[in-house]
Amino acid sequence: MLRLLEGSMAVAETVGRCRPDVIAAYPISPQTHIVEALSRAVRAGELGDCELLNVESEFAAMSACIGAAAVGARPYTATASQGLLYMSEALFNAAGLGLPIVMTVANRAIGAPINIWNDHSDALSQRDSGWIQLFAESIQEAVDLHVQAYRLAETLSLPVMVCMDGFVLTHAHEPVEVPDADAVDAFLPRVAPAQVLDPDAPQTIGAMVGPDAFTEVRYLMHHKQMAALDAIPHIAGEFAAAFGRDSGGLVRGYRLDGAETVVVAMGSVMGAIEEVVDELRDGGVPVGALALRCFRPTPTAELREALAPARRVVVVEKAMSPGTGGIVGADVRRALDGCDTRVHDVIAGLGGRPITKASLRTLLARAREDRLGALSFLDLDRDRVAAELARAGTPTAPGGHAAQALAAAGLWEEDA
Amino acid sequence: MTDPTRIRYAQVGTRAVGNRLLDPAERALQSDPRRANAITSGHRACRGCGEALAARSVVDAAMAVAGGRVVAANATGCLEVFSTPYPESSWQLPWIHSVFANAPSVAAGIAAGLRARGRDDIRVLGQGGDGGTVDIGFACLSGMFERNDDVLFVCYDNGGYMNTGAQRSGATPPGAATTTTPAVPGRPGAELGQGKSAPLVAMAHEIPYVATATIADLHDLEAKVRRAMEIRGARYLHVLSTCPLGWGSDSALSIELARLAVETGLFPVFEARDGEVVDATPIRRRRPVEDYLRPQRRFAHLFEPEPQRDVLDALQRRADRNIARFGLDRHA
Amino acid sequence: MVTSAELLAAAAFAGGGHPQAFPSFGSERSGAPVVAYCRIDDEPIRSHEPIAEPDVVIVQDPTLLHQVAVFDGLRPGGTVLVNTGKTAAELGIAELPGLPRVVTVPAGQIGREHIGRPMPGPALLGAFAAVTGAIALPALEAALRERFPGDLGDANAAAARAAHDREVASAAPA
Repeated sequence: MLRLLEGSMAVAETVGRCRPDVIAAYPISPQTHIVEALSRAVRAGELGDCELLNVESEFAAMSACIGAAAVGARPYTATASQGLLYMSEALFNAAGLGLPIVMTVANRAIGAPINIWNDHSDALSQRDSGWIQLFAESIQEAVDLHVQAYRLAETLSLPVMVCMDGFVLTHAHEPVEVPDADAVDAFLPRVAPAQVLDPDAPQTIGAMVGPDAFTEVRYLMHHKQMAALDAIPHIAGEFAAAFGRDSGGLVRGYRLDGAETVVVAMGSVMGAIEEVVDELRDGGVPVGALALRCFRPTPTAELREALAPARRVVVVEKAMSPGTGGIVGADVRRALDGCDTRVHDVIAGLGGRPITKASLRTLLARAREDRLGALSFLDLDRDRVAAELARAGTPTAPGGHAAQALAAAGLWEEDA
Repeated sequence: MTDPTRIRYAQVGTRAVGNRLLDPAERALQSDPRRANAITSGHRACRGCGEALAARSVVDAAMAVAGGRVVAANATGCLEVFSTPYPESSWQLPWIHSVFANAPSVAAGIAAGLRARGRDDIRVLGQGGDGGTVDIGFACLSGMFERNDDVLFVCYDNGGYMNTGAQRSGATPPGAATTTTPAVPGRPGAELGQGKSAPLVAMAHEIPYVATATIADLHDLEAKVRRAMEIRGARYLHVLSTCPLGWGSDSALSIELARLAVETGLFPVFEARDGEVVDATPIRRRRPVEDYLRPQRRFAHLFEPEPQRDVLDALQRRADRNIARFGLDRHA
Repeated sequence: MVTSAELLAAAAFAGGGHPQAFPSFGSERSGAPVVAYCRIDDEPIRSHEPIAEPDVVIVQDPTLLHQVAVFDGLRPGGTVLVNTGKTAAELGIAELPGLPRVVTVPAGQIGREHIGRPMPGPALLGAFAAVTGAIALPALEAALRERFPGDLGDANAAAARAAHDREVASAAPA
């Protein structure tokens, strides 16, 4: 049954139905509504014996999840941006130890400069941690992915990150269906953990591994991630059968038939991209789109299969590697190695700047005229950048570019 | 033939006669072949390692109270490194090492997970060295304390980051030379006026139980673990553990040095409940601080080439202050 | 303001539509200008970008009229509803570019009469329903009753109805 819900609330309700045993809660914009809702639910006795830990940092949150998972309890936490960075050491540790943990990341930019709005730099900064990283295009998909994530995490014994665009999806109200509790129970039976701290059968977890064995241990981790490439579509298929919705999986193509130009992106921006594709297709223009739903592991084969027939691929991504360029674009290029398809990185939407349909139309027009370079920044205010670069040589006010901007606007006053 | 158990022993209360002449009820648990032996032999600790000795006593005592149902979360450090050289492990209880700073949080997660699963009969032990506990793990430790998580956290304090080569930590005693507070002419080594007391910080959180102990009195150490294990909630034990390598001392003197730390007043031994000191072990025979400092090369610069009187006096005043503060002078 | 957009969405949803509501995400502090968006459609809405070309702009705080570019992007022939007891001419917005229809609603006053506090949201939404027909009054009343408990819900619904009926009456031929 569809209900009008805020994205965060829908996710919180869904997580509750996944019967977590331990919730580690630490607030950070824009995830706060999720942990608040779960705290209320625990207090109201709606989550059975679930223990809620109000931890003192995100690092503590992930550490508590590690402890809980290690004793066979089902953990949950959520974070974003700076919080994800703060728990980075624990992220790598959780993946290295092979612990089933599910976490929501309400994607938000990373500072400096501090910015609370949506982009993908947080999740992408942890792409080498060994976590599975799934990206939701809508609130409904975010909801569905949490259920699939627990199944995936506990099947493979790997931690899974469900990414949803901060504010854009967390704070939007839309009709959504929260999966039925009984159906979720059937989908997520209790699984005997691969390793567990049990006094009746003591194990040592987290020993030091030297040069003689470390490579093999890490290779096995890579192997497990590659196995996820099979598990993810399989679980998405089972989910579709049980709940009747197509969510998750590795990639989702949109109007790829005969598409000369394909736009690749992750997350909520796919909505605007699809609308633009529809407009262009109505005008007979052969464009299509591909949603990358699983970022880690990289669905290389699926990317290649979907994109190789296209003449050009425009990767619109909400993050970048300074001094290098696109991150998703690099994975797409690797997947298309040996093909003639040209790949264009477009950095867009950083720090919450909206990616408008107007800008997308202009972008695609340039791409189709082959006027798009290998790397470009969508909607970059070139005048502002040029002015700052010019000023950088001859500052008119002491201080950084903020002071210069105020001076240019005539708002800077020297201290008396 | 006189019944040996009826002989009046001159050194009353020290159990110096040795376990086998004591009433079985008074013997240290380590003398009992039925002990858990939770950290078994074969680990790679240095000879004379105080931490290995302390951990053995602590974990076995905890296991005895909990009927063998204990899970341990260990910080990175000497204990973790020398006990788990892959593919071997010394631990005979369920044991996890996560990262350096998070043992208190991992322990909290374990306790919550067990409770959620209806298994709070299984007790949780957190362990770490002084670096992991008072420095990098301090925020996690404090969080665990203020939530009153049901964890007994034990800090094995050898006064530095010994695993990585004896660098200074927030628990390094003033005046000690470490590789990052090297003794240079006219300088004290670790600075006077720096350093923190984790036991006092623990007390400030008003948690149910805080105690200090040393490897010089294993009966006391075991008794404190037993008392702690009978309580639920956040508990903290701070154990002075000699590091012969880091301290530059003879490995045969590890226990003796711990005893000297106590008898000089430099390491006060006490118990606190809910933030108030409830018991302190009086010093049997007061010793001047120099008796503790001289056998350790980390303090050699305080004596050679010239005695650094100002530092030695400062350390003596520190000891005097501890004795006054905790009421350790049995003659007072 | 955020609540009004949600209520609008709730009313649309109750009427069988597919709405989408979201705030313009700032570090919202009490007293600072705030914008919220709502889209209403018969089909699920895919795009999540902020609304650049609204059909309707609802202004809850008239002091913002000449401080913030409230009408930027308003489609020609669009509609503006303003919470005020003054006329459009008195506010200086009688002849805006594109000549949108400007509807003034004494929503705060209606709120005070029915709810006891000068809350303009319900009355503005009631007027919106009458003026645009994008939501139905019964659906709005139901959404208000669901959002606010007991008597408060009834009071909110009454305020919405009063504003709605006032618009209907003023639009009827004299």
